[in-house]
Amino acid sequence: METIFIDIAEFLTSWMVGLGLAPLWADLIITILQWAVIVLIITVNTIVLVWMERKVSGFIQERIGPNRLGPFGAFQTIADTLKLLTKEDIVPARADKLIFKTAPMFFIIVSVMLYAVLPLGNNMAVVNLNVGLFYFISLGSLSTICLLMAGWGSNNKWSLVGAMRSVAQMISYEIPLAFSLLGVVMIAGSLNLSDIVTAQNRLWFIILQPVAFIVYFIAATAELNRGPFDMPEAEQELTAGAYTEYTGMRWALFFLAEYTNLVAVSALAATLFFGGGQGPLLPSWLWIIIKTYLIMLVFMWMKWTFPRIRMDHLLSFSWKVLIPVSLANILVTGAGLELFRWMGW
Amino acid sequence: MSAMIINDLVFVAVAGFTLLSALGMVLSRNLVHSALALILTFLGVAALFFNLGAVFLGLVQILVYAGAIAVLIIFAIMLVMHGDPAQTNRFNPSLGTHLAGAYVAALLTMALSLSIWFSELPQVKGKTVEDAAGMLAQLFMGNYVIAFEAAAVLLLVAVVGAIILARGANQS
Repeated sequence: METIFIDIAEFLTSWMVGLGLAPLWADLIITILQWAVIVLIITVNTIVLVWMERKVSGFIQERIGPNRLGPFGAFQTIADTLKLLTKEDIVPARADKLIFKTAPMFFIIVSVMLYAVLPLGNNMAVVNLNVGLFYFISLGSLSTICLLMAGWGSNNKWSLVGAMRSVAQMISYEIPLAFSLLGVVMIAGSLNLSDIVTAQNRLWFIILQPVAFIVYFIAATAELNRGPFDMPEAEQELTAGAYTEYTGMRWALFFLAEYTNLVAVSALAATLFFGGGQGPLLPSWLWIIIKTYLIMLVFMWMKWTFPRIRMDHLLSFSWKVLIPVSLANILVTGAGLELFRWMGW
Repeated sequence: MSAMIINDLVFVAVAGFTLLSALGMVLSRNLVHSALALILTFLGVAALFFNLGAVFLGLVQILVYAGAIAVLIIFAIMLVMHGDPAQTNRFNPSLGTHLAGAYVAALLTMALSLSIWFSELPQVKGKTVEDAAGMLAQLFMGNYVIAFEAAAVLLLVAVVGAIILARGANQS
């Protein structure tokens, strides 16, 4: 069970080589297949997650949530997707059409590209990059611009204010996010995500780096524009923020990308702080799915429990609390590492 | 088809993409479109770094230029822009600006080609570097630590100075 997906890939490669295809082309086809599988995982995950979000929010607000379509309303998301696919695609007349149309495309492309380095099990990253964590952070910084494009292209004041807010928020919270991960990198001595998982053989980093995990979790919530930090799309004051003018499938792409980012950030948390695919009995790819879903449940729990924070409080919280805390964490981690080295560990 | 030819094809595709987006930046009449085309150019340059095996440098290019500086540029454009956005980046018809532009372009081309011509490029001649990030860290924190820290302090001073210029020093 452990190596089932790797075995399938190897079997396909040898089968294609057996058919007389050059190994290079076989590898290329396997890579394309891997991306297709990732897109499939993302789509299925989003369908499950939208249903889960509704059920969790219903549970927290003492409602039932969707319960008509299929068992426990499980087919509700599929019906919603069909509705979105058939809706009219409206482009505002005064919008900057090129930017308006390309923004959701770039947003989803950037989100999907995050998955290239995530080890979805032992030896199961698409690219085993030796600066994988840095890849994740720098690719993540690109989604800021996509939101700005959406807000600007819509030519609507709510959209623009929402985009401005999300850019201010994402730039501020990118710094503590990256700093919080440095502690983990210092202990593991590598930026390679697979190496970081291996370094947690004996002890998960959540025990060694609890402060870093809390900072990461808060900063990631803000980066995802999720509640209680969802000021960019605060419905009461901004209609829907940067997504106000979007309809049908273009709007759905934003939604899809947001859930894609949620899964990626949670999987990264599982990889860095909870030992990745490590665990007893079950195969590694199943463990990482379980851990990712548990972390996403906490994200949902937070979203539906806390009220929104005011925008200026939100920004000063990042600059005045999270950044000093994460810097202190780096200092303490470095001092601790030297101390252990001096003691001869 | 060998891996070498594929590598060349990838280079041609990436270089073409970079040049096209750079042209788009220069020729676009809308300043916001120009800024977005500039981001595509940055990404193309990052892809060139990847193609050369300098993954870390490519990622720095994405994080710093495409992720941070581009946002600053777009913010600056939005703050100072008024009127019709489609007429914000028009061509300057005077002969003097054309000549000055040509002069600067020639100077830059010459500086770039001379620096490439006279540098020894040891990494290209030697074997490929596996752990580029580690090597850069050794250099930054070892041989060049004073220059590195001085640059960091300089940037910090610039940021604080910019805030004081924008908000005024006497405000509480």
